[in-house]
Formats: sequence, C-alpha cells, structure tokens
Amino acid sequence: MSITEQIPSLELLQTMLKIREVELEIARKYPDGDMRCPTHLSIGQEAAAAGVCAALKKDDLAVSTHRAHAHYLAKGGSVRAMIAEIYGKATGCSRGKGGSMHLTDWSVGFVGSTAIVGNSIPVGVGLGFSLKMKGVENISVVFLGDGSVEEGVFYESINFAVVKKLPVLFVCENNLYSVYSPLSVRQPKDRRIYSMVEAMGITTETVDGNDVAQTYRAALDSVTRIRLDQKPHLMELSTYRWLEHCGPNFDNELGYRSKEEFEFWKNKDPIKNFETDLIAKGVISEFDLIKLRGVIKEEVKDAFEYAERSPYPDENEAFANLYSA
Amino acid sequence: MKKSLINKMTKELTYTQAINEALHESMDADKSVIVFGLGVDDPKRIFGTTAGLKESYGEGRVFDVPTAENAMTGFGIGAALGGLRPVMVHQRLDFFLLAMDQLVNGAAKWHFMFGGAASVPITVRLIVGRGWGQGPTHSQNLQAWFAHIPGLKVVMPTFPGDAKALLKESINDNNPVVFIEHRWLHNLRGNVDDVDTVTSLGKSKVIREGKHGTIVGMSYMTIEALRAVDHLKKFGIEMELIDLISLNPIDWPLIFKSLKKTGNLIVLDTGTETCNVAGEIIAKCSENCWPSLKTAPKRLCPPNFPEATSVNLTKNYHPTAIDIVKAVNDQLEISFPFDALINSNPHDVPGDWFKGPF
Repeated sequence: MSITEQIPSLELLQTMLKIREVELEIARKYPDGDMRCPTHLSIGQEAAAAGVCAALKKDDLAVSTHRAHAHYLAKGGSVRAMIAEIYGKATGCSRGKGGSMHLTDWSVGFVGSTAIVGNSIPVGVGLGFSLKMKGVENISVVFLGDGSVEEGVFYESINFAVVKKLPVLFVCENNLYSVYSPLSVRQPKDRRIYSMVEAMGITTETVDGNDVAQTYRAALDSVTRIRLDQKPHLMELSTYRWLEHCGPNFDNELGYRSKEEFEFWKNKDPIKNFETDLIAKGVISEFDLIKLRGVIKEEVKDAFEYAERSPYPDENEAFANLYSA
Repeated sequence: MKKSLINKMTKELTYTQAINEALHESMDADKSVIVFGLGVDDPKRIFGTTAGLKESYGEGRVFDVPTAENAMTGFGIGAALGGLRPVMVHQRLDFFLLAMDQLVNGAAKWHFMFGGAASVPITVRLIVGRGWGQGPTHSQNLQAWFAHIPGLKVVMPTFPGDAKALLKESINDNNPVVFIEHRWLHNLRGNVDDVDTVTSLGKSKVIREGKHGTIVGMSYMTIEALRAVDHLKKFGIEMELIDLISLNPIDWPLIFKSLKKTGNLIVLDTGTETCNVAGEIIAKCSENCWPSLKTAPKRLCPPNFPEATSVNLTKNYHPTAIDIVKAVNDQLEISFPFDALINSNPHDVPGDWFKGPF
C-alpha cells in the first residue's frame, strides 16, 4: 500500500470546515461596515487549499493571490490575526497595513499574498531558489488562478523554475472566471492549461480540485517528488467560486453565469461530498461531525470577537514601516 | 584631495573598476549576496563591472538569466525574502520598465504592507546610456519614477569612490535600492576608499565650496557642472557645487544649508523636465528657503522629448558646461565668457574611450 493512500481525513475536513465557516461569517458580518477593505471569499474552493496544504510541512513556504484566505488558513495561519487584519486592527497579521489581500504568517511559512494578478508567482520562484541554496528539502508553493495564466510573468516564472530546476509547486486553481469574464473570452476554447504548460518542460497534471482526497493524494505525490528531484511541477485544480468575485454576496442574478453551471458546481460541494463519504465509510459519525462543526464555530466566533475588541493601530502607524532598519 | 594624500589606503580606479571591487568585496564578505542579470557572466561582463565574479564565487551565486525582467525582479524579491541579498543588473535602464509591477507593487511595498513582518534587501543596478545614437529607448534617465515611489531608495553616484562605497552599502541595506550608473561615467577615474567618500545612503556631498550661488548636480551632470564651476572661479565667481548622489531620500539639510548661504539655486538633471527631480528640489527649496532666495531658481535638463538617434539631432539636447555658465550669468546678471569651455570632441561621446556601440 502506497503511503499516499492514507488520507488525513479529519484534518482535511477540519481545514475545509474552518475555511467555510470563516468565509460565511465574513459574508454575514461584512454588511456591518466594519471590514472596510476589498474581500475575495473562497467559498466553494476550500478543497484545493486544504488538499495541497495538508501535503506540506510547516516550514515549506507559500505565496498566494488576492483570494488568499483559504490558503492562509490551510497553511495554518492564525485565524485571529487574519480576521483582525480584515478589520484593520493593530493585532492583524499585517498590523492593518494590508487587509484581506495582504496576509502573512511567517510562523507557518505563509510568506504573503499580494493583490496584483500574477504578482506573487515569481516571488515564489525566488523563495524556491533560496531554499535550494540553503540545501534544505523544503519547497515553495505558488497558489495562482486561471487569470494569471494570461499574464506574461506566469510564463517567465515557469521558464526560470524549469531552467534552474527549482523546488516549486505551482497550484493553478481554475475557477473559470476572472471577475465576470469567463475563460471563453480569455483563452482558446480547446486549451487545457496543464497540457499547454507541459510544453515548457515542466511536469503537470489536472485534478478535480473539489475532491479533497484526490487533491491531497496528488499534492503529496508531487511534493514528495519535488523534494527528491528538485524540479518544479504544476497542478491544475478545477474548481468554482460560489459568491461574487469581490464581496460577500451571491451574484448570479447578474446573469454572467448560467443557473445550470452554478447548480452543477454546487452539487460538487467539496465539503458536503467529503462529509457524506466519510460518514458512509464510518470515518466520522454524524454526532462527531456536529461536534466538530461546533468547535470550529467557536474558534471562528472567538476570532471575530478578538478582532472586534482589538484596538485600531495608532494613526501615526500609517507613517511607520516604510523602510526596514 | 589633500585628505586623500594622507590616506594610505586610497587608490585610484575607474568607475567600472570601483563597481567591480564593490561587488567582489560584498560577495566575499557575505555568502548570501548573489549577482544575476542578462550577461553578468558573458564575455563582456557588463562593461567589465562583473569581471571575475563567477570565477571567484561560482555559478551558484553569479548567473545569467532569461530575458524576463519582470519575473527576474520578482525572483529577486523572493530570494531576498528567503534570506539572500540579490544584486540584479540591467545593461540599460529602459529594459527594466518591464519590471515595474514587481518593483513598485512588490519590492517597494513589501515591508510596509505586511506591517514590517519582512523586508526586501534587493539592489537593482541600472545603467543609463547617452549619445552614440542610443536613441529613444536606450538613453532614458527615469530616476524620477523611482524616486517617486515610497519605500525605494535611489542613488546615482557620480564618482568612483562614492559608487564603490554606496554599492556596498546598497547591498548591505535591508531595503530595495535602485542604483543608477551613467554609462558616460564608467571610464571616469577617481579615488576609492578615500576619507571623503560618502558611505551612507541618503547623503549628498559639497564638492566645491562657494558663496555666490548653489548648483545641485547629479550623475554625469555633476561633471559638466565641475567644468563650469572651475571655469567661473577664474573670474572670481565662487559657486557651491553639490553632488546630489541620493535621490530618495534627498539630503535636504545639506541643500538648505547651502542655499541659505548663497541665496541662488540652479539644479541640473539628466532626466527630461516635466516632473523631474530638479523640479522637486526647486519646489522644496522654494517652500523651505523662500526668504533666502535672491533670484528665481533655475533648472537645466533635457527638454520634454525623447533623445533622438542621429548625431545631428542630439547637438542641442543635453545641457553642457556652457549652458551652466550661461545660466549663472543670467541668474547673477553677469556676463563672463565661456568660449574656453567649447569642447572640440564630438558632442555625442564622453571622450576617446567611448566608440559605442552601447
């Protein structure tokens, strides 16, 4: 039996539930007007983050995008510090300087998420280089979306990672949309991202990014191989965003996505399907699942209370941290 | 000069050699320093500035890269976040424009936007061209772009000694530094490791003391200013010449002090007029030293046009020592001659050593 057949099911479930609960709570409270920054929620895409990060070590490094909550949380980032950051509080992970789109938690290897499409991709490649120079077996993971595959920097970065044989895992979450623009207006109809990129001399694969077990298995295989071979790899994970591009709302009434398409993906709910599977296999009981949900709800509630009662940074903090000493 | 004679460690090098020595000393002192860029280990070695580096420190730390300016800048940011001290080189500044996302949205802001959680100690060496038909896209002096971005440090050293010391300091600094070298300075000789050397980022230097007016020069324009100032001295006009060196931060106390003494200000810039650094200096001096100003400040810089290619189209593009003397004459309402400054060399090269191609 391959080691990859053993799945840390409860850990995966717990991570996905935590992401979902955090995002739902943000959506519920966003209209209060206390989270005053653009916020891109990951509801529907929890499995990609959870599956990949479960295959990583704490000191593996990761970078992400504007839609980074799931990656930050799955990597083990502090829930309290993330919510406080979105509330613009002094206790936030970026001390209120960055907001939802600029998350960091070095204690768990989450180096940072940045807001410009494709911006963090080469940064992840540079991190991979620094790890290789140190001679450690850690890897760097770059979370990116299908939109960034349209940026020149994506190709520049993959090319260099291949040339330099760097330990970098590129994780492309293909959720079919860049804001309201579907793939059909952005890339040729018959293109498969993973097969196009393979022509650049990098191994690639496509995985159902809503299937957390499959994502985890594929990621663990890839990560193990990268540590050993010191070569980059790309995973394309198919998935779907349930809410609007930016903000707390359901926005299918705008008509940019068909009802059928949405229903198709909603039926592929990564959490519900995994729960059903785990209950059927007897990995978790309905009772324990309810208990687990309760524990997570408490943790998330605590994080919001912490954020709400935290002080704002002093006004003069706006003029600190321009340069490092 | 006198000071240099008593300093036994002082030696004379060209600007190119000074840059090269700074890189060797930095790589020797700190294993985390890496040097990369298109051509750093090619036969020409970036005009000789990266000579011997690969041989001394290995291809793991000194390497050529793909022509991918944006990703390679982001790569440098990632390497810096991972604990390295990258030095990136571009043979012309103009190519670096492809990397503005990484420089402006990434390197400049990383320390700030993550609340000080990390810093990006990257040094970007940019070489600006002039003359010999460098033309519209191989001759741009866009230092004002970089100086405009909070979070970047920007230096443009004129003399070999300052170039060596400040390149080492840039590499040693925990912040992103844009280090701009004017190609026409590469063959300039000067003392390095001198007691007069500027060793801190953010500092300017008075290189000629005077009382009749202040001239602020930067990079190659400081050389033109030196000719003008030394010429005027013969007629009893003593202009104070400041070599700006640092464009962000700017050494305001030094400039204000000089201006309060002299009351007249001329600022030289290698970049085109609108929104250039000279404009910033005049604005700030007007705000802060208004009572000291005896005359309206002036700036001398290329006009708001790209630099053309044909030798005949660059004749009147860059201000020269003669233009500086004319500006002083005009400002002080004097009329000293400048015929002695007429240069018999072709106007589009810095001297016999430069026959292009770039």
